[in-house]
Amino acid sequence: MNRKTLALVAPALWAASVTVSMAQTAAPPEAMSIDQQVNNVFATVTGPFVNLIFAPLPGTSFPWIVLWLVVAASIFTVYFGLIQLRGFWHSIELVRGDYSDPNDAGEVSHFQALTTALSGTVGLGNIAGVAVAVGIGGPGATFWMILAGLLGMATKFTECTLGVKYRNEYPDGTVSGGPMYYMKKGFAERGKPGGRFLAVVFSIFCILGSLGGGNMFQANQAHAQIEGIVGDFPGWITGIIFAGVVFAVIVGGIKSIARVTEKVVPFMGILYVGAALIILLVNYDQIGAAFGAIFAGAFTGLGVAGGFVGALIQGFKRAAFSNEAGVGSAAIAHSAVRTKEPVTEGYVSLLEPFIDTVVICTMTALVITISGTLITDPETGLFVLNEAGTSIATVGDVSGVALTSAAFATGFSWFPYVLAVAVILFAFSTMISWSYYGLKAWTYLFGEGKTTELLFKVIFCIFVVIGAAASLGPVIDFSDAAIFAMAVVNISALYVLMPIVRRELLSYNERLKSGAIKRFH
Amino acid sequence: MPTILLIGLDGTATGERAVKHAKQLATLIGDCELLVVYVIEWSPFSFQTAEENEQRHKRRKEEIAAALSRIVDPAVKELTDAGFSARGLVRHGDVAESLIRTATDEGAAQIIVARMSEGGFVQRFMGSATASLVMSAPVPVTVVA
Repeated sequence: MNRKTLALVAPALWAASVTVSMAQTAAPPEAMSIDQQVNNVFATVTGPFVNLIFAPLPGTSFPWIVLWLVVAASIFTVYFGLIQLRGFWHSIELVRGDYSDPNDAGEVSHFQALTTALSGTVGLGNIAGVAVAVGIGGPGATFWMILAGLLGMATKFTECTLGVKYRNEYPDGTVSGGPMYYMKKGFAERGKPGGRFLAVVFSIFCILGSLGGGNMFQANQAHAQIEGIVGDFPGWITGIIFAGVVFAVIVGGIKSIARVTEKVVPFMGILYVGAALIILLVNYDQIGAAFGAIFAGAFTGLGVAGGFVGALIQGFKRAAFSNEAGVGSAAIAHSAVRTKEPVTEGYVSLLEPFIDTVVICTMTALVITISGTLITDPETGLFVLNEAGTSIATVGDVSGVALTSAAFATGFSWFPYVLAVAVILFAFSTMISWSYYGLKAWTYLFGEGKTTELLFKVIFCIFVVIGAAASLGPVIDFSDAAIFAMAVVNISALYVLMPIVRRELLSYNERLKSGAIKRFH
Repeated sequence: MPTILLIGLDGTATGERAVKHAKQLATLIGDCELLVVYVIEWSPFSFQTAEENEQRHKRRKEEIAAALSRIVDPAVKELTDAGFSARGLVRHGDVAESLIRTATDEGAAQIIVARMSEGGFVQRFMGSATASLVMSAPVPVTVVA
């Protein structure tokens, strides 16, 4: 079966499986709304995949995937000698352009590669994801989230260095990079087998990730925001509108929409952090107590479901979902930079988890913690669980984006409206970024060509509608599972290829020290 | 060693006045090389999509080729046809900064520009490239009215 045939058959098989599942689960159809039917089918189809990824370690309730991410980030941190601390200042120098040759002006700068990658990661993970983490795992989840962010910097460094080193440069000057390329070329260079196989598996998971976390989760939460403003209405309506706009950009090539989004999103990010800072400054007397709750909750759980293990799991899960360290998506985004030294992009990329998780996620968590939206028992000081006992009870019984929104509203009553706009824009920007990542994986599998590319883009738009119509539970489970599945394959490859990164790093640092690498500003 | 005069063009008809003045100056000086420079306004701190980044290297080449064929090469040809020694360059970046850097790198004795085309609101609030150039250039700048 050639690649193009496979491209046409794969979605058909998927559609067939959905149809079968729909027949099994949708009865009686007249009793269910379209949203419920979509939700049921979706949950049934994705259930086994989700269960596999989140299977607990034998005899515990600890998902093996969380351990996988923590161990990898710790190994990279040690292997590269705390690069996230030692290389932090040099990363800033590189982003400022201190080492950029003026003769290369006009090429993609380090700043542009960083902000492009950030626009794919900063968004709902920082707003909704943190609220989910704090809602289920309590403020203590924030501690583990920050730790995961700090460790994740080393993982990001590793994958982005490789992304640039092994990208494909085509005769017309365009580039394509990402884990699938370093798996294929890097393994061959080291004489290791299995690189091509891993690249194919990664690409499949990357496509699922782009349809899940990069698409459905975004559409779902954008719909929740719009519903919060205009009242309840079916999700598929939001889905179709969103799908139409996404279609116009990725298929219709209406770049002006994407450009406007790319320019507005950073300002939304600044506005979000600014508002959080103001709320924190106004309530400065509670910041100490909030950090106290974060540290205490990290090790005791403060009565949340699952105790401190629950806090840890939530913290690491949501951090990984937010900053995508180890997932491999950043390696695709960063590989477009024009540099003679792949390590420089590794340095730059380590700022990403720092900005995304250590700074922005922490802001969200602090605002939620000090806002009083999480209900505590005045006598014991412990959190009160909701009726189902699955998460902390909140004022107004809210979760996800609505929890963050309610927390910010305690500082600025008008902020939920700004947040709603921000969420919609963030969601849209993340969708555009992930449509690109998914497309790169798709074209790696099925080859480049207008028909195959169009097919992926249409599938992507269909998933926007499904994501907006399905309920949060199944969507968030599938999104996490797909993104973590990418991390399983990607991190396996990083272990094999990390000696190459170290060689590059040592050589670069030596030349930097000797002055062979010129500083221009 | 010839005296290098840098002519900054902005792609509008005003550039012709700068070229004309440079010719007069070069005739008076004698042993001169005229360096025609066009700067494509570009910032490394702008925000781009992943797709734009992927295409950037290709686009840059296209932008340089277009600037050379439409603006720089015709001016160089005009100068060489008139018997002057001339060559052209295209740079990306901030107009004033790029002209100053090029002048410094090439050892230019003077920068000649026509009063650039921006005006009104933009000039009042942002300052013009010409004004920035005059204020920061390490060599004399002639602004042709």
